[in-house]
Amino acid sequence: MRVIVNDMPNGYIPIFIFLALAISFPVVAIVAAKLIRPSAPSLTKLEAYECGIKAASDSRGRYTVRFYIVAILFVIFDVETIFLFPWAVRYRALGWFGVSEIAVFLGILIVGYIWAYKKGALEWV
Amino acid sequence: MAEVPVSWFLTLSAVLFVLGVSGFLFRRNIITVFMSIELMLNAVNLTFITFAYQLKQVNGHLFAFFVMVVAAAEATVGLAIILTVFKNRSTLNIDDVNSMKN
Amino acid sequence: MNFSQYYTANDHFTIIPAVMLALFGCAILLFDFWIFPDPRQRKWLLIFVVLAEIFTGVGLYRQQAWLAGQSPSMLQGFGGAVTLDGFSVFFNWIFLVAALIVAVMSYQYLEISNEHHGEYYGLILFAQCGMYFLATGTDLVVLFIGLELMALSFYVMVGFLRADKRSNEAALKYLLLGAFSTGFLAYGFSVLYGLAGSTKLQDIGDAIAARPAWDPVVFLALATTSVGLLFKIAAAPFHMWAPDAYEGAPTPVTAYLSVASKAASFAFLLRLFNGPLQSLSAEWEPILAFIAILTLTIGNLAAINQTNIKRLLAYSSVSHAGYMLLGLVANNAMGTNGILVYLMVYTFMNLGAFAVITAMRRQGIIGDELEDMAGLMHKNPGYAMLMLVFLLSLAGIPPTAGFLGKYYIFLALIQSGHYGLAVVATLYVAVAIYYYFKIVRSMFIREETERAPAASSLGLRLALGVTGLLTLVIGIYPEPFLELAKTSLVR
Repeated sequence: MRVIVNDMPNGYIPIFIFLALAISFPVVAIVAAKLIRPSAPSLTKLEAYECGIKAASDSRGRYTVRFYIVAILFVIFDVETIFLFPWAVRYRALGWFGVSEIAVFLGILIVGYIWAYKKGALEWV
Repeated sequence: MAEVPVSWFLTLSAVLFVLGVSGFLFRRNIITVFMSIELMLNAVNLTFITFAYQLKQVNGHLFAFFVMVVAAAEATVGLAIILTVFKNRSTLNIDDVNSMKN
Repeated sequence: MNFSQYYTANDHFTIIPAVMLALFGCAILLFDFWIFPDPRQRKWLLIFVVLAEIFTGVGLYRQQAWLAGQSPSMLQGFGGAVTLDGFSVFFNWIFLVAALIVAVMSYQYLEISNEHHGEYYGLILFAQCGMYFLATGTDLVVLFIGLELMALSFYVMVGFLRADKRSNEAALKYLLLGAFSTGFLAYGFSVLYGLAGSTKLQDIGDAIAARPAWDPVVFLALATTSVGLLFKIAAAPFHMWAPDAYEGAPTPVTAYLSVASKAASFAFLLRLFNGPLQSLSAEWEPILAFIAILTLTIGNLAAINQTNIKRLLAYSSVSHAGYMLLGLVANNAMGTNGILVYLMVYTFMNLGAFAVITAMRRQGIIGDELEDMAGLMHKNPGYAMLMLVFLLSLAGIPPTAGFLGKYYIFLALIQSGHYGLAVVATLYVAVAIYYYFKIVRSMFIREETERAPAASSLGLRLALGVTGLLTLVIGIYPEPFLELAKTSLVR
């Protein structure tokens, strides 16, 4: 803890510089644009921009259920990788034991993947 | 700059936990209720990591890993169940899901 | 290289049954579409369930035989994260029997419901694997993962009838309240970890014993952990999920849920309260006594007005949890022994009762209303007589096994001087007889309203035969079973 306290001012200076830059960039850009550009507001300009085509519907519509299925699968396979991190950190100390443990873990994960694939969960119907 | 005392983290996590509990009890949208549960689990993670930090141990960090994975698994199963409920009823209001009564 | 350091033969011996369950569970997921792609062949997946249980059973038997020759008869694996003792072996036998009986009585129900998928059998095994670690684990991480593995499998199984509104709803409610209670439990765990600086139950016990009584932090940990656990065993006032989950779930899943999940949660509860929380017994005894009486009251009174048998049995199972909690309140060897005996007989009689309801499942009829049972005696006397045996046992009438469970609980209460509790608990037996008799009256006295024949697959009849026989045998000749429960107490 003491280490962090001593390092604090130095360590955080880049972050503060970055923060100041990040805030100033849009502010400067918007203010400069406001000063330079001609002002001619019209109704068409206020519409939502959808690749130049006229907006088809509200953005809060429903998504097809396929997105949810993909999201569900993504969540599970994404988070499972968390178990690889401790192994990666202690890779040398764990040696072949670690490798075989991870092989077991990935094996179980792959069974799940094969199952999901065979059940057609990955197909975009 | 003074260091942040451990008790602050614990208080924060307790507050987050209570927020999650009250969200669970008072919100009516199923997804929001579910998010409240995730908030509770994140509060738990914060407690674990605070203690692990204070005790200079790795156990708490590991437990937080497991809690995260369990939360993800719960979210997966939960979303799947919510999808089937929505397919059969077209509503996500928790008060409308009450076909079984005493 | 240093293989043996992290995974010794000892370690392997302590978890071999769970490894078997997980292996066969994964294998069933794959065989489902590799070997039996045709839905009509799916019931042959049962072979793998039976094989899995045989391998698990052999592992358990070897553990039991090994423990019998040891003193003290226990073995710790993975640096104390799992503990093999009579207690864990006893519970694992209960889980094994429950999983096997549920698996064989399910397939006809699922076929009639048009939801016969191979994953079902995998989920049964995964849930059992989670229970294994609930009974065997002595580390918070192991217990937490075991609990979640069991709970997640059950969430899916409860909602297995995807097209059925009630099944969805049951799954949703069970999931939300289950996850909510998991949150409480995990918070309690985090505080316990902070107290002890370790996740081992042994260290936590030492840390709590070193603290003063009514230490606020200890109290916070005790309160949140207990709330989470009481949710899982469906004790009042945390029982709200049970009636809905029991009613909406497919009937065989209800059976599994009411028996195995409850037994596993009690195993966990006993590990905590007889272990690290034992030094706080003066604090939690009165609280648990209050909760037990509340559970008995709510379970028994709410059951009276039910017309749905599954819902009625759900409330009755709430009240059974109340009786078992009384065994914990007594807090002596007799009480723990009583809980174990109670759970053993409860397994058989409750599985049997739900097996009869499963048999009532016909095309278009779920078979869980009192109406569906009407006149069963005239149509199917065998089922009616078996149901009578199970109901008598659930009520606790002497020649059946159910009496034995209640008897030991009462004995423990009297031994520890809780006379008032014993009297109240006895009074509720009378209430229970009243509402169980409602089912009996429907079966024996009323005219039959439903002409379609009851389901009668080989598996279902086997399940009914085994549960019925054991309910009677344990009641009439209990000695070997009591001996089994007693040896599991030796630590």
